[in-house]
Amino acid sequence: MSSELFRFASPQAFFPVAGKMIPWFAALAAALAAAGLYVGFLVAPTDATQGEAYRIIFLHVPAAWMSMFLYCVMAGWAAVGLALNTRLSGMMASAIAPTGAMFTFVALWSGALWGRPTWGAYWVWDARLTSELVLLFLYLGFIALKEAIPDPVRSDRAGAILALVGVVNVPIIYFSVQWWNTLHQGASVSLTRSPSMAKTMLIGMLLMALAAWMYSIATALARVRRIILERERDAEWVRLSQDGRQPA
Amino acid sequence: MPGGFLLVLGRELRIVLRRKGDALNVLVFFVVVASLFPFGVGPEPNQLRAMGAGVVWIAALLAAVLSLPRLFAADHADGTLEQMLLAPRPLLVIVLAKTAAHWLLTGLPLTLVSPVIGLQYGIPGDALMTLIASLLIGTPVLSLIGAAGAALTLGVRGGGALLGLLVLPLFVPVLIFGAGAVTASLIGIKPDAYLSLLGAFLAVSSLVGPWAACAALRVALD
Repeated sequence: MSSELFRFASPQAFFPVAGKMIPWFAALAAALAAAGLYVGFLVAPTDATQGEAYRIIFLHVPAAWMSMFLYCVMAGWAAVGLALNTRLSGMMASAIAPTGAMFTFVALWSGALWGRPTWGAYWVWDARLTSELVLLFLYLGFIALKEAIPDPVRSDRAGAILALVGVVNVPIIYFSVQWWNTLHQGASVSLTRSPSMAKTMLIGMLLMALAAWMYSIATALARVRRIILERERDAEWVRLSQDGRQPA
Repeated sequence: MPGGFLLVLGRELRIVLRRKGDALNVLVFFVVVASLFPFGVGPEPNQLRAMGAGVVWIAALLAAVLSLPRLFAADHADGTLEQMLLAPRPLLVIVLAKTAAHWLLTGLPLTLVSPVIGLQYGIPGDALMTLIASLLIGTPVLSLIGAAGAALTLGVRGGGALLGLLVLPLFVPVLIFGAGAVTASLIGIKPDAYLSLLGAFLAVSSLVGPWAACAALRVALD
């Protein structure tokens, strides 16, 4: 069983499997997003205090969840890569990082657009916003470090060390920022008070969160296929599999 | 451990003290950055007093980032670092000694100069003592985590800016509680809790930083 699973740690074995899985996850993402958006925009009631502006949570909350979750997944792959010395793990970490950074950016962007009508400002130095911003910097640092090192083995290991140091720091940063904020200005605006949410709102949000999961898996797999092709371009199986499609 | 540690530490200090300019430049940079802020925000004394600690701390972070690339670069360029990795002495001892030397030559001088800047910003006596204490506990964290960043970016193109991108976000907690301690002192709250938390960061980073730096050096010189 385990040896059967570990067979897919080889980029050559994983490449076709990933290719087969991508359409499924992409289709699931599209279907779930369609259902989530339908529930979110047409079924869920208008919020009593925030009006229609609250509907951005159907994009914002899943994006914020994914941004933090993907960093942990990325660090997990990095740790596996460091511990077991598997090539595919580093490639997976590289493949996940841009999606995570994108979700972090979407969470910040949609948060700013929601904050303007609700709080009256695009940006407040709220603890959650600030730690999300630092998370974006951590993603950008990871991507920049991997980009800057041309040797793939060194790039993967250096990125893995950085991701592990980062993942230790994420909770520290989160709680520091939270404490900093409460001490400086008090909780003038708080996201944490959760008004008992209508069931349809919750369903819409969960559907969108699942869609974001499926989307992340699909994009990560698509990206890891590109990375495999790029790194293994001199391997025989790559040349054989690509010859038919791209006559050089 | 002490023998090898002191040997490397002494070597690092001797090398820098023979070319005092490098260490002094970082110190001057720190003072210049800290002195620029009033030109930007205006000379209003109350405002300056309120932001003084933050300015000193941010200048300290920037000075640390500026000085960090040199931590391993010279030894890497002339091959000494490879010999250090091959030596029977544990790499951790060498990294710790280099980190200690970095702090003695940047963090400590910054801390000693900081009261002057604090006075420029009108920070009163008690809070000034807190500023010194917070820098004394906090700047070693910058050296410890910074060593990992310096090792990761060793020999990488555009290393300086990249190093800043990697380590500055990790310095956020130190900045918050370092500057927070002084602000607490200013408004009459005991800063002990802040300083304790800085001490906790020092403990955590002295575990994580050198480990990551050693791992990164092994990767860089593989």
